[in-house]
Amino acid sequence: MRLLEINDLTVTFQTGDGEVNAVNGVSLGIDAGETLAIVGESGSGKSQTAFAAMGLLARNGAARGEVLFDGQNLLTLPQKALNKVRSTQISMIFQDPMTSLNPYMRISDQMAEVLMLHKGMSKRQAVTEAAQMLDAVRIPDARARITMYPHEFSGGMRQRIMIAMALLCKPRLLIADEPTTALDVTVQAQIMQLLGEIRRDFGTAVILITHDLGVVAGFCDRTLVMYGGQVMEEGTTEQVFAAPSHPYTQGLLSAVPRIDRDDDELATIAGEPPDMSHLPAGCPFSPRCDVVRPECPGQRPPLLAFGAGRRRACHQPWTEEA
Amino acid sequence: MSTILSVQDLAVTFDVRPRGAWPWSSPLKLHAVGDVSFDLAAGECLGVVGESGSGKSTLARAIVGTVPSSHGKILFEGHDLAAMNVSQRRVHRKDVQMIFQDPLAALNPRMPVGDIIAEPLITHAPQTPRAEVKRRVAELMERVGLLPNLINRYPHEFSGGQCQRIGIARALILQPKLVICDEPVSALDVSVQAQVVNLLRELQRDMGLSMIFIAHDLSVVKHVSDRIVVMYLGRLMEQATARRLTTDPRHPYTQALISSVPIPDPVLEKTRRRPVLEGELPSPLAPPSGCVFRTRCPRVQPDCAGARPAMVDLGDGHGVACPHQVPMEAIAPA
Repeated sequence: MRLLEINDLTVTFQTGDGEVNAVNGVSLGIDAGETLAIVGESGSGKSQTAFAAMGLLARNGAARGEVLFDGQNLLTLPQKALNKVRSTQISMIFQDPMTSLNPYMRISDQMAEVLMLHKGMSKRQAVTEAAQMLDAVRIPDARARITMYPHEFSGGMRQRIMIAMALLCKPRLLIADEPTTALDVTVQAQIMQLLGEIRRDFGTAVILITHDLGVVAGFCDRTLVMYGGQVMEEGTTEQVFAAPSHPYTQGLLSAVPRIDRDDDELATIAGEPPDMSHLPAGCPFSPRCDVVRPECPGQRPPLLAFGAGRRRACHQPWTEEA
Repeated sequence: MSTILSVQDLAVTFDVRPRGAWPWSSPLKLHAVGDVSFDLAAGECLGVVGESGSGKSTLARAIVGTVPSSHGKILFEGHDLAAMNVSQRRVHRKDVQMIFQDPLAALNPRMPVGDIIAEPLITHAPQTPRAEVKRRVAELMERVGLLPNLINRYPHEFSGGQCQRIGIARALILQPKLVICDEPVSALDVSVQAQVVNLLRELQRDMGLSMIFIAHDLSVVKHVSDRIVVMYLGRLMEQATARRLTTDPRHPYTQALISSVPIPDPVLEKTRRRPVLEGELPSPLAPPSGCVFRTRCPRVQPDCAGARPAMVDLGDGHGVACPHQVPMEAIAPA
């Protein structure tokens, strides 16, 4: 059994402009100890997929489908049981650490709260444990700094605190939503290295949600590419980067400027990102696709397995070069 | 090639008063930019990279004149902008234009885009006939890839990439000699970012613009620029041609920066050596003595705390503000 399995997940928001489908029939799975990247641009539904799985959708959102964690469907679980899973089994870290930490609470109180509530520890025990965790994410002088407030830390340090907090209950799955997007590259390198060590030391499975293909390349076993709320393709990171099978992935990979290459002109994907309230009935990428076929705008390509454990959703035939 | 802009020993300091300080106590000095010197040739694109807090945006603002400089010269076509008062400066304003990071925030939400693009022209050349203004707006919109029939739409009706095109059109309508782009593509998605980067390069070549391109993303800067300067805590660490800087960086900071940039290639990425930079940016209120990078430098020497290191010229316009510079291969062979 897979650790987390999402089947045919659809997320709908009721907005002033009518119904918006942010996620359309997404299926994915992750095994224990594995790292999976969900890559996509803004509006691709990558974050909403995770939010829906964790029961964190905004009030006007509704999720349909199945989110199986250890065989339990999280979408139908009562609040209390869901909270139990979310506290001890799955943790999440977010893009902006300042908005996810409570500015009015000392770090020690915020971190101890988690342990006191979920593990029934005493305050003293909890603070000691929290300080050890801060040590583990290499915050210098953790014992003294634990009594500080979030604003007294830099962005990188705050993200370390968030990671430490997410790890307090030793979760089996960590969902990281753009964890380094707000950080500088040198700090990003530090944080990604830290996440890699945590994954090794604790055996935590990690879902990394990001738009940065460079970060994915260095960190994830498998990569799933999303566009317009749908999965475009999936495979091991090596497969997807070396031989992208979907026109969108191909376009995306060639649009990224690389520091190790001198290309005169960047390849571009024509057009604009999709308007989620007016998606075509078929493939969401069809209005921008170079190799669009007559059936593409009207008929949604199914996500079919091919090759060595890969999946892709495209009408255009594609053969893997040997 | 003639030099269009020459910045000499530029410094920008801000007075900051710590919270709870007595009103009569003297304010602290925040050194945002210090001793920055560089030349920009006409038609050249100079990239400025640095992390947050490196002073790259303050540098841009000082050149445009939205923050006062506290020391040094900004010679634009031989005239020192830093020494001018507001009305003297106004003459040169139309020659130096700026493109901002957040495309939507930089546009007035209550003005139709036609008016937004026309505004600089109406401000600086009020005698221009209405028909002429309209013609030039339409021409520019087409040039930056916007349909001229969108002229009466408001900014919120456009996507991020289109808003940035509007910002570009507004910066270009006065036919400036120098355009300063402050993080012009960092708010955009990858697929749109490539479109805007290509557009900027194309416009720069076709119109013979001189450009200062500021960004934290070294891969983008390298792609756009002829030459790159690297800033850290308000000071220049290294400058060289884009190719040379990315293939043969000499300053320990540049080397750390370049090896931190992720490359979208899993095979390469797994074999890359990565000297991760420890620690945090020191406070600009009390920058370290000597070399500002010495507190985090992996190759720090006792003499680094002494005098501020001068730019060492390595030839071909490659300068390094580090007396202990060595090639990257010498530290950790590939």
